[in-house]
Amino acid sequence: MSFKVMQPGLSTSIQDLGRPGYFHLGIPIGGAMDRFALRVANMLVGNPEGAAGLEVVFMGPQIVFDQDALVAVTGADLPAKVDGVLQEGWTAFEVKSGQTLSFDFLKSGARAYIAISGGIDTPAALESRSTYPIGALGGIDGRNIQAGDVIPVGEADMIEPGLSVPENLRRMPGKPAELRVLPGLYWHRLTSAAQEGFFRDDWTVALEADRMGYRFKGGKPLEFVEREQPFGAGADPSNIVDGCYSYGSIQVPGGLEPIVLHRDAVSGGGYFTLGAIISADMDLIGQLQPHTQVKFRKVDMDEALQARAARKKMLAAVRAHLG
Amino acid sequence: MKTRYTYGGDEHIYVEVDDEMSLDAFFKSLSMSNAVRNADIKGVTEICPANASFQVRYDPDIIAPEEMMKKVQELEDKAEDADKRLKTRIIEIPVYYQDPWTHETLMRFRERHQDPSGTDLDYAARINGFDSAEAFIEAHHSQPWFVSMVGFVAGLPFLYQLVEREKQLQVPKYLRPRTDTPKLTVGYGGCFSCIYSVRGAGGYQMFGVTPMPIFDPDQKQSYLSDFMVFFKPGDIVKWKPIDRAEYDRILAEVEADTYVPRIAEVDFDLEAFNADMPGTNAKLMEALNVV
Repeated sequence: MSFKVMQPGLSTSIQDLGRPGYFHLGIPIGGAMDRFALRVANMLVGNPEGAAGLEVVFMGPQIVFDQDALVAVTGADLPAKVDGVLQEGWTAFEVKSGQTLSFDFLKSGARAYIAISGGIDTPAALESRSTYPIGALGGIDGRNIQAGDVIPVGEADMIEPGLSVPENLRRMPGKPAELRVLPGLYWHRLTSAAQEGFFRDDWTVALEADRMGYRFKGGKPLEFVEREQPFGAGADPSNIVDGCYSYGSIQVPGGLEPIVLHRDAVSGGGYFTLGAIISADMDLIGQLQPHTQVKFRKVDMDEALQARAARKKMLAAVRAHLG
Repeated sequence: MKTRYTYGGDEHIYVEVDDEMSLDAFFKSLSMSNAVRNADIKGVTEICPANASFQVRYDPDIIAPEEMMKKVQELEDKAEDADKRLKTRIIEIPVYYQDPWTHETLMRFRERHQDPSGTDLDYAARINGFDSAEAFIEAHHSQPWFVSMVGFVAGLPFLYQLVEREKQLQVPKYLRPRTDTPKLTVGYGGCFSCIYSVRGAGGYQMFGVTPMPIFDPDQKQSYLSDFMVFFKPGDIVKWKPIDRAEYDRILAEVEADTYVPRIAEVDFDLEAFNADMPGTNAKLMEALNVV
């Protein structure tokens, strides 16, 4: 079976859980920015958790199905409609052959995930269907979906509609959003006043916020420990000899606006990084709209691992709930 | 050279072999990252060598961060003793310096440049003490380069020239990055040259363009049939200056999927190189003559 794209939305891409193993060649892991939301959407329609679905940013697409299918929308609060009739979020619903799936305006969050029973079945590139436009990999010819695309869907084990995930097992950022940071990498390049200021200041999400990285503004400029720049590093105190970037790492070019690298990260470059967002909070970044208020909170490795365990526990609870 | 170990969040170990660039630091980071790969540590998902550092990504549910850190640290001594010899290849990359496409782009972004009155090459020549852009171009292509890192975006090589530190060309990046760079631009930033594998944003100075694709998901060129990315760290590159006529000729071969780059197998010995740089380089480049 397949579905046809009538309107693509703002920036809708096919994503699964990504393609690990090629970062050393500059090809990032990619995949859903909010992995929890994609996994849950897939579970609701009876797919393997890593099946490919649609990642929708701010504005939903309009698509028509050529066969009956089970659909679930998770992540951002972007109300789905079937032939104009509103559907519940985080809940599996039926779309009949010939019916149109469309969306109302975004209420909260930034990215919604659409899972379709059977999963999207476009050709995989480097073992993943995730769209990486810079390298023209995955998706449809390496790009986001566009009007007129007919997107293949795999064979489904049809299950009953109506499965739902209760509110306490959904996850969205708080207000202000809190992102936990493990200091490290080139943390020592900052003065102690800058180290404290980074965690004390209020930041907001800038307009430059996409799958590659999220930029933040509003805090005070960060000062660097004085040094003679090492050979090959470049003249600016925020420069280093080009090295690898960690997923979630926070670079601050010129000490001005922090940028958190996300799933489609560049794999390296010449800016110092002050540490990284812990793995447990990476999903949350995908749900931040521009202008959202953000606090960075300093944690140690123990707290990072506890948070990671808590995420796993929540996912296990969803699996148990859905049986 | 003092190795520094640190965490990048809960999923990465970051090892800075030295804070400044040198061939010694590059060899040690390559050798250590190879040692980590060969150790086949359970839980490791990515090993990324860089110019003077490397990064290991691992799953902390499989191996605890402290244990992962300990295992990487234990491999340092082994890497220290490792042979500083490399079986590798030298590749001749044709470059059309001062081409019309990078020229059009650099004019478009002139207000982001240190010196809006000239071209990127004029600026690079002047601050490195050359009389003309042509003399700078000569210095850029007369001695070979090491691929010291592959990354930033898909398949982009960073290259470090095989000459004494006093002879290294150094050029700052643009004041503010461009939002556009032509595909296959030969660029320069800090002490590194690069080839932009794909079109996109960039901050390196632009010197020219190569007709030879180095990244292709469709793998149409014969030399990309094994994998879509051409370069790997340790490759040696010799730039070959070409004119418009040769550029067009090579491009026609590329478009017919018949282009074959000149590649020769070579051995590189860091100690022999440090003892006699011109002699070692001459030998490396001679290998291309018999291809």
